[in-house]
Amino acid sequence: MTVFVRRRSQRTVSLVPNYIILTALVLFSLLPLSTLVFNSLKKDTEVGRNPLGPPVSGIRWQNYPDAWRDGHFSITMRNSAILTFGTIAGVLVIAGLAAYALARLHVPGADLLTLYFIVGTSMPAQLFMVPLFFMWTKLGLTDNLLGVIIIYWATMSPFATFLLRSYMVAIPQDFEDAARVDGASEWQVLRHVIAPITWPGFLTVALVTGLGAWNEFLFAVTFLHRDEVKPISTSLYAFVSRYGREWGLTSAAAMMMVLPVIVLFLLLQRQFIEGLTQGGLRA
Amino acid sequence: MGVPAVQMARATPQAVAQRRARLWRKAILPWLFMAPILILNVVVILGPSIGSAFFAFTEWSGLGAPKWVGLANFQRMLTDRVYRIAFTNNVKWTLIFLTVPIAMGLLGSALLAPIKRFAMFYRVAYFLPYVIASVVNAQIWRNILHPTMGIGPLLAERGLEFMNVAFFGNRHVVLYSIAFVDNWHWWGFLVVLYLAAMQAIDPELYEAARLEGASRWQEWRYVTLPGILPTLVFTILMTIIWSFLVFDYIYLLTQGGPAHASEVLATEVFNSAFFRFEVGYAAAIGVSMSFIAAMVVTGFILLRRRGWQV
Repeated sequence: MTVFVRRRSQRTVSLVPNYIILTALVLFSLLPLSTLVFNSLKKDTEVGRNPLGPPVSGIRWQNYPDAWRDGHFSITMRNSAILTFGTIAGVLVIAGLAAYALARLHVPGADLLTLYFIVGTSMPAQLFMVPLFFMWTKLGLTDNLLGVIIIYWATMSPFATFLLRSYMVAIPQDFEDAARVDGASEWQVLRHVIAPITWPGFLTVALVTGLGAWNEFLFAVTFLHRDEVKPISTSLYAFVSRYGREWGLTSAAAMMMVLPVIVLFLLLQRQFIEGLTQGGLRA
Repeated sequence: MGVPAVQMARATPQAVAQRRARLWRKAILPWLFMAPILILNVVVILGPSIGSAFFAFTEWSGLGAPKWVGLANFQRMLTDRVYRIAFTNNVKWTLIFLTVPIAMGLLGSALLAPIKRFAMFYRVAYFLPYVIASVVNAQIWRNILHPTMGIGPLLAERGLEFMNVAFFGNRHVVLYSIAFVDNWHWWGFLVVLYLAAMQAIDPELYEAARLEGASRWQEWRYVTLPGILPTLVFTILMTIIWSFLVFDYIYLLTQGGPAHASEVLATEVFNSAFFRFEVGYAAAIGVSMSFIAAMVVTGFILLRRRGWQV
């Protein structure tokens, strides 16, 4: 007993350096973010004197409605919401079907297809982006939210397929066989048996693809030029360039882009972290 | 000729229906389920990629007919000063990201693994910058590293004169400044990734190491490191691939400037195609970037073939 206690206390003492270094790293992660929060609440007159610390001469909430109005957030928020939810809905269906086929329907050459998608997802967007742009222009899909949604479907579905398949193969087959005996079609089995059981996988995919679409920059800046179709990411970039010195205003605008993400992340961090690290954990 | 007729005669309506059902299930149904992802992939990725491979041998402004020029675009790459700067920057970027974030990730995960109290808080705090949009992270750091209002002049006032640098305006430091910002949002992801990989290690191995009287360093070296090796190798391979694709932070912070000092291949593709309208040349650069990715992927497949659990 005493040995046990002593050993335990030794371990606790020896963890103090861990806590010190880990806390220093937390400050490295979070202090830069705190400057954004602080600046979003400052008057511009204060930013010049105190560009990094917390606001001392009063809090100015007005930056937020001002940024909302000057940054046309009612339009860009709507565009980003369409991009995000359109991407999520499409990827769930596309990847759900593909994952089910790979997990249950004995696709001929499934290994080769999997390899193709792994290789395909590691290829640079620059390989296909330029011809795609001119093709999309011909089809009227540039300056068009649907055009970008289709690109997100194509680029994000392979990862979602692998993740959903890993959930589906974990389910014992007899679960669905009962439904098959009752004459259910494969679509019905997927829709009414598999999807309801693997919903955590679908939720994870929805969060990861939603985050990807909300934050995406390269395709958005390439394919969406008109102000009416710009999502938050690229319109914020233009806004910040235009109002360069007004840090209170631009910080408030940036806060409005990240707040929904941070709130969702804090609520569902387990799913976010699992989904985002999945690609790197190949057992 | 007579045989099929006999079979036909023997085939009852049920048998025909059954065979048709089997054909449907085996040959058609799987492809119906795979159709959306395959069609999308062909239209958005495979088709245009083949297009790039073709345009790389042409001169084209994006309008009118492309003109076949053979290997001219690739020859131009070899002598193009900007291409050489961009390629060198991608190599530097690769070396930075193969060392700094991976070392920070290994250190952070090793320190965090034995901790119970506040473990979740640390994890979330490290991960947070990773989920924030590149646009916002770039803006945060453009302010913090601002040449007149940022942290540089502030530190210079307190005697650290060497910190008074135009981080994004000085061509000698600009690439490293951008890499610093990108790494700031990236290293915490690696901490969490390595921690997740550690959870799959058999706890009995740690028990055994402890009974043998292993120090914490030895525990990490002989139990943890071999345990997370597949994940570590995977992150190394992906780092090489991603380092040749980097676009967001460079475009957002400097657009490749000043005077191409922070140019990388991805920004050069963007500039050639959409500002200079040299679509053929842009496609050729895109193809050259894919060679690097293809080499890494081949290495990855070879490692797997040799039985590595990557």
